Amino acid sequence: MVKFIVPAEIEQLDKVLSFIDGMLDKSECSVKSKLQIDVAVEEIFVNIASYAYGNQKGNAEIEYQLNDNSAVITFTDSGEKYNPLERDEPDVTLSADEREIGGLGILMVRKSMDDIKYSYENGKNILTIYKSI
Amino acid sequence: MNIEKIINGTELTLIFEGRLDTNTSKQAEESIKDSIEGIQNITMDFGKLVYVSSAGLRVILSVQKKMNAVGGELVITNVNDVIMEVFEITGFSDMLTIK
Repeated sequence: MVKFIVPAEIEQLDKVLSFIDGMLDKSECSVKSKLQIDVAVEEIFVNIASYAYGNQKGNAEIEYQLNDNSAVITFTDSGEKYNPLERDEPDVTLSADEREIGGLGILMVRKSMDDIKYSYENGKNILTIYKSI
Repeated sequence: MNIEKIINGTELTLIFEGRLDTNTSKQAEESIKDSIEGIQNITMDFGKLVYVSSAGLRVILSVQKKMNAVGGELVITNVNDVIMEVFEITGFSDMLTIK
């Protein structure tokens, strides 16, 4: 298990992706799974950086584990309590003029990852994604 | 991320190379905005694009809306498997013209 702690700021996104890509490369992840995981990590991290702490500063902890050929990535923040899985899925049948972008990120995560879990413990939001590699 | 532009009358072809994500989407949007005046048909060639996140989808959606507003067309070509899956998951494949 490896943990990476960064300020929850969008400027840190590249560092987060480098960390994850490094772990995935060591685990010999397929190119396709790696791209899918990158998208999921980006969507989740950007949401934390944009919303978790409001105008305050805070950290995000990203933990990587390999369990039986599955990448398990956990995001922890001490920001506002928020479960992204409770949000309604966007209506993907609307036309371009009616569509909005909100909610697409988490939708992409849900559909491309094998599993996703959320819990709130000791004042922390904990979101875990699972993807076989 | 690189965008090569080819302007032919009212047709604009954009050849993307790299990733269209949180970091590069702003640059992409500015670049497209600079060339979109008077354009009726846009082709986005994704042959060298490896990755799209929701920030990238935002840019694509905004271009689609602009083309709808002028009665023009947006076509996306040479989409790889991973990006095609993103389009399908998000319903963008039904909303965009993909060839």
